[in-house]
Amino acid sequence: MSERISAAVVAKVARLARLDVTPDEIDRMTSQLDGMLGHFADVDALDLSDVIPMTQPFPLVNVFRADIVRPCLDRDEVLAAAPAAEAACFRVPPTGGES
Amino acid sequence: MSAYDGLPGDWQLVVGLEVHVELATQTKLFSASPNRFGDEPNTNIDPVTLGLPGALPVLNEQAVELAMRVGAALNCTIQPCTFHRKNYFYPDMPKAFQISQYDQPLNIDGYLDLPNGVRVGVERAHMEEDAGKSTHIGGAGGRSHGATASLIDLNRAGVPLVEIVSRPDIHSADDARAYVNELRAILLAIGASDAKMEEGSMRVDANVSVHKPGTPLGTRCEIKNVNSVRSVGRAIEYEARRQIDLIESGDTVRQQTRHWDEGDGRTHTLRTKEDADDYRYFLEPDLVPLAPSAEWIARVVAALPMLPAARRTRLAEATGQPADSDAVTSVVERGQDDYVLAVAAGGGNAARALVYVKEAFADSPAVPAADLAGLTLLEVGGALTATQAKAVLAELVANGGGDAAAIAAAKGFEAMDTFALEGFVDEAIAADPDAWAKFCAGDGKAMGALVGLVMKASRGKADGKLVAQLLNQKKG
Amino acid sequence: MSADSNDPGTPTASAVAAAVRAGTTTAALVVEQHLAAIAARESEIHAFNLVLAEQARDHAAQIDAAVAAGNDPGPLAGVTIALKDNMCTRGVPTTCSSKILDGWKPPYNATVVDVLRDAGAIIVGKTNLDEFAMGSSTENSAFGPTRNPHDTSRVPGGSSGGSAAAVAAGFAQVALGSDTGGSIRQPAALCGVVGVKPTYGYVSRYGLIAFASSLDQIGPFTSSVEDAALMLDVIGGHDPMDSTSIPQPHPSLTEAIQHGVEGLRVGRITDLPEGADPDVQERLEAAFDALRAAGATIVDVQVPAFTFGLTAYYLIAPAEASSNLARYDGVRYGMRVEAADTNAMYGATRAAGFGDEVKRRIMLGTYALSAGYYDAYYGKALKVRRLIHDDFERAYQHADVLLTPTSPTVAFKFGDKGDNPFAMYLCDTYTIPTNLAGHPAMSVPFGTGAEGLPVGVQILAGTLQEPVMFRAAAALEREANK
Repeated sequence: MSERISAAVVAKVARLARLDVTPDEIDRMTSQLDGMLGHFADVDALDLSDVIPMTQPFPLVNVFRADIVRPCLDRDEVLAAAPAAEAACFRVPPTGGES
Repeated sequence: MSAYDGLPGDWQLVVGLEVHVELATQTKLFSASPNRFGDEPNTNIDPVTLGLPGALPVLNEQAVELAMRVGAALNCTIQPCTFHRKNYFYPDMPKAFQISQYDQPLNIDGYLDLPNGVRVGVERAHMEEDAGKSTHIGGAGGRSHGATASLIDLNRAGVPLVEIVSRPDIHSADDARAYVNELRAILLAIGASDAKMEEGSMRVDANVSVHKPGTPLGTRCEIKNVNSVRSVGRAIEYEARRQIDLIESGDTVRQQTRHWDEGDGRTHTLRTKEDADDYRYFLEPDLVPLAPSAEWIARVVAALPMLPAARRTRLAEATGQPADSDAVTSVVERGQDDYVLAVAAGGGNAARALVYVKEAFADSPAVPAADLAGLTLLEVGGALTATQAKAVLAELVANGGGDAAAIAAAKGFEAMDTFALEGFVDEAIAADPDAWAKFCAGDGKAMGALVGLVMKASRGKADGKLVAQLLNQKKG
Repeated sequence: MSADSNDPGTPTASAVAAAVRAGTTTAALVVEQHLAAIAARESEIHAFNLVLAEQARDHAAQIDAAVAAGNDPGPLAGVTIALKDNMCTRGVPTTCSSKILDGWKPPYNATVVDVLRDAGAIIVGKTNLDEFAMGSSTENSAFGPTRNPHDTSRVPGGSSGGSAAAVAAGFAQVALGSDTGGSIRQPAALCGVVGVKPTYGYVSRYGLIAFASSLDQIGPFTSSVEDAALMLDVIGGHDPMDSTSIPQPHPSLTEAIQHGVEGLRVGRITDLPEGADPDVQERLEAAFDALRAAGATIVDVQVPAFTFGLTAYYLIAPAEASSNLARYDGVRYGMRVEAADTNAMYGATRAAGFGDEVKRRIMLGTYALSAGYYDAYYGKALKVRRLIHDDFERAYQHADVLLTPTSPTVAFKFGDKGDNPFAMYLCDTYTIPTNLAGHPAMSVPFGTGAEGLPVGVQILAGTLQEPVMFRAAAALEREANK
C-alpha cells in the first residue's frame, strides 16, 4: 500500500512525461517510486528554512556570445537522420487539435 | 475607466495584451544561426536550434541590448535576472522545453501612454526563444483540424523574443488597437524589431473579460491567432459580446484559450486537453544569471531616441494643435515631425506646415524645408488665400521644391498686401453707406454686399476672410 | 596486454606520444597493438558499442605522415583513446547505449573530440555505458553489459563501464567517461584504473549528451596518474560553446604531480556514512598510512550533510534528466514509433525506446518538478545541496584533500542488486556528494580486496584544487607500486 504516491498520480506523471505505461508498469513503478520517496524522507528532519537553494556549482554570471553568424549545419545531412521528412521539413503525424 | 461604447448596459471590458516581439538581431538567441525571415525551410539550423543531443545554449549579447532597450522605452526597471526551462511537448519545440524567464525577468513594472492619455501598465517584458513553425497538410485551409500530417520548419526556432505583458488597463477595442500601434511605433523608433504582424515578428494575444462596475473581475479568456491590428479590435469586440451573451443567458464564462478566426469573425475553443499543461519550471542549468551593469543600463537609457509620445508633445507645442489630434498623430507616425520643425526653424509657420505635410506627403516630404517655409509665410501673411496656397503647394510637390512667391506670381496670384486691401474696403464703405450702416447696427447680411463690392473692385483677388476681418475691425 | 597501474611495463601516454613524435615507433604500430588486444578479448568483455578500426588506421597513417613531414602531430600523437558512447562524434553512431538513438549519427563533434583529434589522439571506438549514463554497473545498456576484465562474471561498474574496461583490458591507452554521481570514479575503482571527475566546468560539456546538466562532467580513465594529468591538461579549459565552462585557464597538472605531499593535510571524514565492506575499509586505512609515511598529516573532519547526498542527488539528477530526455520524441532524429497523432507517437516511441531505469528516473524527475510537489522534492533537494557544499567548504578549511572509499564494495556479480533500484543507488554513496558540490574527485587503485579484485581509494578536493588532489594521487600511486 503506497503512502507517498498513488497509482493515479503515477499515471498522470506518465502522461506528463509522454511515456506510455501498461497497468502492470504503473503498479510496479508506484511501489518502486513509493519506496524511493520513503528513503528520501531522511531530509524531512532538516531545518532548511534559512538555506538558499544551490543551483550553480561554479558561480558565473554574464556569459555572452557575439551576434555574428556562423556556418549552419547541412540540411541534407540533418534531414537524412530524420525518421520522416517531406518538402525539406520534418514530417510528423497531425498534432490533433492544438494550433 | 472608460466603458466601451458598443457594449450593452453598463458592461465594462477589461483587456490585457501579451505581445511577442522578434528582436532584430543577426543571429538567434542561443546560437549563431541567422535570424532571418523567409529563407528556405530548415536552412538556418545548428545543433542548438535542432535540440540535438549534447547541444548547449550561449546567450546573444545583442539580444540582451535590444531587450534592455525595450524595457527602457517602456519605463521598466531593468534588473538582474535568470532563465528558466518551460517544459512541454510540441513538434515545433525541438528541446521539448522553451528557455524563457520566470520569476526573475529582465524588465518589470513599466508603462506605455496611449495618444489619448490612457496609461497602460506593463507588468514585465522578458526574454525567451521562439519556436519553429508547423504547417498542417491534408486538412482544410491549413488548419490542424483534419490534417493528415504536419511539416516542421525550425528556421524560426531559437529566434530571440521579448514577451511584453500589459496589465489589464485596457478598456476598449480602440485603446487595444492604439496600444498595439503605439508599441509598434516605439519598437521601430528604438530599432528593436521590425514589428511586422503580417510576418509574425509581432504577435498579439488578448486576455479578455467583462464585468459590471463595482463587481469582481470576470473570468478571462485568452484569444490567440490575432494577426493584424484590425483583428485585435474585431476579436476583442466579438469576444466581449460572446461573454456578455453567455452571462446574460445564465451561463458562465469558462477560462480557456480561444482561437480567432478572421474568416468567420468568431473565436473558437481549441480542443481542451485532459490536463492543463504543467510546465514544471526550473532554473536553466546550462545558463548562468544575467546581471547587466549599472553602466550598461545607463548607456541604454541614454541612447534612447525621442519616443513617439514625446514627439507628439513636441509637435503639439510647436504647432498649437492637440497632441492626440489626427494631424499630429499621423505626422509623427509617418516620421515627418522633424521636417515640420525644420520648416518652423527656417522661419516658417509650424501650424500651416503641419496641415500641408499631412495632406501632401505620404511619407518623406520631397520639398526642401526652406521652400515650404516661404509658402507658409505667404499664406499667413495674407498674400495668398488658402485655396491659392494649396495650388502653389501642389506645384512645389510636383517640382520637388521651388520659390513659392515666384510660383504664385506665375499663376497670377498677385500678392495683395493689406494696405491695398484696406483701400478697397474703405472704397466699398464709401460706395454703399446704407450697407455699412446696417452692418454696424448688427445686420450680418449687410456684410455680403460690402464684400461683394471689394471682390468686384479687386477682380476676385481679395481674400474674403481678410475682408470680413477688416470690416469687423473698422466696425469697432 | 592488460593495463595495470601496478605493472611498471605499461607505457604512459606521454611516453607513447614522445616515441611517435620522435619516430622511434609509429602510430600505425600502436594502433595495431591495441586492435590486436581488442580482437583477443573484446568478444568476452564487450567494452565497445562500436570499434573504429578503419578510422583508427586512417588517422594513424595521417599522424605518421605528419611526423615524416616534420610537422608536430600534437601532445597525444598516437595515443589510442576510447570514448564513452554519449559523446557526439560526427558521422559516427552515438547511441548512449539506448534503442532510442540506435544508429543515430551526430552531424557535429563534441568539443573534447575536436580537442583530442587536434592533439593527435586516435579514437579506437565508442564504449558501452548504462543507458543515458544512468546506472552503476553497465547492466542497463540496451546492447548488453560490459564485463569486468579482472573477472568476467562481475560488473565493471557504471555508468562508464565500457571505458573503464577498455583501459583495464589494454584496448586503449586512455579513455574518456562522464561522471554525474560517480560514473567515472566507481567503474575506475572496480576495474583497477585511475578515474577523474574534475571541477564542474573544467572540461567542456558541449557535445556530451546530457543526463543531469548541473552535475555532468567529462573525465579520463588511465592506467597512471601521470596519464590522467596529461589528459586533463589537454581536454581541460574554457569553451565558448559551453556557458558553464570555467573562463580562466588551468595550471598544469603534469607539473603539479612533480611535487610530493610533505605537509599536506589529508582529512578523514569521521561521520562518513557506513556501508563499506571490510576489505575496502582496510585498503582505505592503508592509504592513510601510505600518505602519512610520505609526509602528509592526517586530520579528522566532519561533513554532516554528506549522508544526505543520495537523497538530494536522486531528486536533482532525475529532475534535470526528465527535462534533458524530453527531446527524444521521434520528431527529428532517433527511433520513432508511428501513430495517429503526435502525442500518441511520443508515448509509444518513448515507451519502446527507453529502458526501465531511464523510465524510472524520468518518472521520478517529472514528479519532483511537478506542480504541487516542487517545494517538497526538487526545491528541498536544492537546499540540501547547499548544505553539502557548505559542509565541504568548512572541511577544506582544515584539510587540503579528503580520503574516502570510492565504492563500498569490490566488483559485484551480475544481477547482484536484483530488482531493487535503491540497492544499486547505494553504490554511489561516496561519490555523489562531490558532484552536488561541484568539486573534483578521483579514484586511484590501491591494492586488492576480496577475491583479489581491485580496490580504489577516492581523493576529494575543493573547487579547482586539482593540483593538490593530483599530488596526493601521485603519492598514493607511488606507495601502491612499492
